[in-house]
Order: sequence, then C-alpha cells, then structure tokens
Amino acid sequence: MRFSGFRVVKEALTGHHGWKPLWRTPAPQASYDYIIVGGGGHGLATAYHLAKVFKGKRIAVLEKGWLGSGNIGRNTTIIRSNYLLPGNEPFYEFSMKLWENMEQEFNFNAMVSQRGILNLIHTDAQRDAYRRRGNAMLLAGADAELLDRDGVRAMYPWLNYDNARFPIKGGLLQRRAGTARHDGVAWGYARGADLLGVDIIQNCEVTGFRIENGRVQGVDTSRGYIGAKKVGVAVAGSSGRVMAMAGMRLPIESHVLQAFVSEGLKPVVDGVITFGAGHFYVSQSDKGGLVFGGDIDGYNSYAQRGNLPVIEEVAEGGLALMPAIGRARLLRAWGGIMDMSMDGSPIIDRTPVDGLYLNAGWCYGGFKATPASGYAFAHLLATDTPHPTAAAYRLDRFNRGYVIDEKGMGAQPNLH
Amino acid sequence: MLIPHPLLGPRDAQEFTYLGDASLLNRPDGLADTAPEAFNDYVYLRDNPAGLHRELWFHEQGDRSWLIVTRNTVTHEILGAELARDVALAAMGGAQ
Ligand SMILES: Cc1cc2nc3c(=O)[nH]c(=O)nc-3n(C[C@H](O)[C@H](O)[C@H](O)COP(=O)(O)OP(=O)(O)OC[C@H]3O[C@@H](n4cnc5c(N)ncnc54)[C@H](O)[C@@H]3O)c2cc1C
Repeated sequence: MRFSGFRVVKEALTGHHGWKPLWRTPAPQASYDYIIVGGGGHGLATAYHLAKVFKGKRIAVLEKGWLGSGNIGRNTTIIRSNYLLPGNEPFYEFSMKLWENMEQEFNFNAMVSQRGILNLIHTDAQRDAYRRRGNAMLLAGADAELLDRDGVRAMYPWLNYDNARFPIKGGLLQRRAGTARHDGVAWGYARGADLLGVDIIQNCEVTGFRIENGRVQGVDTSRGYIGAKKVGVAVAGSSGRVMAMAGMRLPIESHVLQAFVSEGLKPVVDGVITFGAGHFYVSQSDKGGLVFGGDIDGYNSYAQRGNLPVIEEVAEGGLALMPAIGRARLLRAWGGIMDMSMDGSPIIDRTPVDGLYLNAGWCYGGFKATPASGYAFAHLLATDTPHPTAAAYRLDRFNRGYVIDEKGMGAQPNLH
Repeated sequence: MLIPHPLLGPRDAQEFTYLGDASLLNRPDGLADTAPEAFNDYVYLRDNPAGLHRELWFHEQGDRSWLIVTRNTVTHEILGAELARDVALAAMGGAQ
C-alpha cells in the first residue's frame, strides 16, 4: 500500500474502508540472522536500514511492549545538528540530512518540519562559545547563524529581553533544525521495515542471552527461545538492565526526564527556542499546545514518572522567558527513562561477546539521532566496522581516555 | 521525596544534591598494580539497578552532611538514610 495525495482523496470519498494495518503481526520464527532488541525509534530504524541498505535477510525486531511505548513516543520531538565536538557533529549532521529525505524514502508522513532552533545568549562568554559552536557546525557542513539582540527580537518580539539575571543578548540559530512527529517516525520505519520482510514482534520481552564460548547463540524471550547469528541491543533507558543479563556493567545510569504540554493556543512559537541558562526549552505542536521541558530530575530512576519540584522549576524558567504564557494551563506531564552516559554521548559498538552489539547512552537527545543511529548500527551489524560518522562512539573510550564530553561535566551523568 | 535525615528528621529532597551510587565511597588503592582498571570501573561503570539503590546525597542547603540513602528506583520509595561518615568509618573498622 503506497500513500499519496490521490489515495487520501479516494479514501475520503469512499468512507476510509481501504486502509490496511501498516505492518504484519508475525509469530517468532525459530531463528534469525539478525535480532534487534527494542522496538523504539533506533531499533526500527536499524532494522529498516539493515534490510534496505545492507540487504540483510531474516531480521526480527523484538519489542517488550507495543511499538512506541518507550521514549520514541515520549520525547519533545526536536531534531537538530548543533553540536560542537568532532566526534559528534558529523554524525548529527548526517542524521539531519537523513531527516530531510526520510519521508520520500519510506513513503510516510513523519511531519518533519524544519522550523529552526534558536539557542539564546545572555553573556559575552556565551556568545563566544556559541560563535565557536556555530563555526564547528559550518565546518561539518551544517548551517548556523549568529543573531544579535535585534535579530532575536525580529523573530520573537514578545520574549522577556530585560530579565535582570538573564537579559537576551542574541542567539545561535540553526534554520534546518526543527521538529518531527515522533510516533510517525516509529510507524514509518516499522512499515518500511515490514515491507522489506522484517518480522516486528511486539509483546516479546528478551529475558536472557544464550552465550556459548564467548559467542551469542540467541535470546530467551517471554515467547520462547529465538536463535540468532547476531543480536543488536537498542533498548534506550533499559540498557543497563538488559546488558546485565549478558554479564556487562555499562558506563550508564538510568534517569527520568519529564516533558509537558499546555492547552492549545493560537500560533505563537513558530520555531524551537532553548533557554539553556533557565533550564527550559519550548516549541508549539501543530495542534497548538506548547511542548516544553527542562532538565532531568537528577537521580537514578526507572519509574517513567518524575516529581513535582522539577515541574515547578521548568514552569518558572518558562515564565521568566515568556511572561505572556502565564495564564496558559498545563494539560499533561509525563516522564521517560533515559540512559545517561558518563560523558553525555552515545555508544554504538561491538561488545566483548561475539555477535552481540550495543546501541545505547542517548541521554535526552536520541530522537534527532534516530535515522543516523539506525543507519550506523545497521552498518556495524552488517559489516562489523563502524560507520565513519559514528567511529568515535566506542564502548571502551572511557577506559582509553577518549570521552566525548560536550558539556565538560566529567563522569557525573545527572549533570550532562 | 522526603529524606529521613538521621539528625534532622524528614527533609525535602530539594535541599539535597545528588551524586550517585554509594559504591563511590570505596575508592580503589591508587598504588596497586591493578589501579588503572580499578579506577576505570570506579569512575565509569555502574550497576544501575532497577530496584533498591544505595546512593549518595549531599545536604547542601542544610547541615552539609553526606548521606547514604536507600531508595527504590522503580517506585521512588525511600527506605532509609545513614550518615555516609558512619558507614565509611565502619567499613574501615573505625569508630561506630
Ligand atoms: C521527555 C523526553 C523528551 C525528549 N526530548 C527529546 C528531543 O526533543 N529531541 C531528541 O533528540 N531526543 C529527545 N529525547 C530522547 C529520545 O526520546 C531518546 O533518546 C530516544 O527515543 C531513544 O531511542 P529509542 O527511540 O530507540 O527508545 P525507546 O522508544 O525507549 O525504545 C527502546 C525500546 O526497548 C524496549 N525494551 C526494553 N527492554 C526490553 C527487553 N528486555 N526486551 C525487548 N524490548 C525491550 C522498550 O519497551 C522500548 O520500546 C527525549 C526523551 C524524553 C524521555
């Protein structure tokens, strides 16, 4: 089934009886060439690219719950490639380029919207840092513009420019950044993978790995044993728990991040604004709700819900920046569990167990990485070599002293 | 979350800053032959359990003591708190 404008009109005129489920519901086979553990954005994108680009056969995605029940359905949907360090920026720019062609490629509307992201500047030191970051972005082939105060005012005249503590002095703008419909991304990759023959198996929790002579043979699941030549793990906030079943300790702590949506408002924020100094960022959904968030709660958690003090803190940050939204009511708040890594950067690598591969440590920024993460992980699974843009994301980089610490916080995951 | 401070009674977790797994108290011997590997494990690797977790909290906006809090990471229930100093001294066989 292909989607097209013609199809939408035809279905509208004939009572929408022609739409079919987007993917099959197969029973697990006895064994596969590749098993991907975790049916979030990264697992699905991995299966899709493995089948499409690397012509892999006999691929299954095993998902504990339903597709989209993890962070892929909980994030605030921001996509951007505005990183500083050489290990990161080429990877995120590769991802940005994949976003730009994604919908045509998998023939599904993921509502990718390049509405721009603006990082606010409040001090001279911050301007220097953002100028440097912008230059790093340009060197990696991304776009970046440094705005002065008037440049920001022309975009968002109603922000609070004269906050005593954080007056707005300018901003770093990436116009190609923006948002995408998070569920649509999962569904698009799931459908694309399914059309290429990938078995997507939901309600199938991996409960153990069978490892013989240092090589993975398959996985035990809630639906029985499934053999595999190669197993790729992409379980986001559960990486520590899942890899413990293979006897590994990771450079990762699991933390909860909350996000919020206001009641629907008239269009007011037409891009993404980040107020890093105030621990607040915001965009507006196409339905009109302000979608916003701040920092992680800051303590180890697997609870998928946070606590009230952070809600208050984020709301205060928002009000400091945008007094105009003071009367808007909060509609919903939720939390997701993320792998916070020891340097704030991800891991895409082999593990000490042959045939077992790990994709983890995405912190609060893995949505934007979805296409490139899937591509690079598929590259690793298929060829046993890292994709050039992901070569720095090694598991042993901490031991070797090659951390990728964008924030310069050191080995303290709750500060990244 | 309320942390039952052994000296001050229940205090709001907002008064504290969080460091992480209480195993950070067990600093390896820097002169041992195995020091590089031991420090890699100590600095970077974590058990990261889903369930009971013993963790270090600093009462920054209170009496500035370090506590070891036992908390369930799945429910956020706090089961107890001890002065980190007492635990560290006991581990060294010192004053209780
Ligand atoms: C509130 C919030 C806001 C965020 N905002 C942004 C943002 O604006 N921009 C951005 O780039 N990133 C953002 N992120 C981060 C981003 O959502 C994640 O980094 C990314 O979604 C993680 O990859 P994933 O999609 O594969 O994860 P998930 O969707 O969580 O997929 C992992 C899957 O593994 C499954 N699983 C776990 N254990 C097992 C098992 N044993 N067996 C089988 N399956 C298992 C889970 O059920 C889950 O479905 C945000 C995260 C949160 C929580």
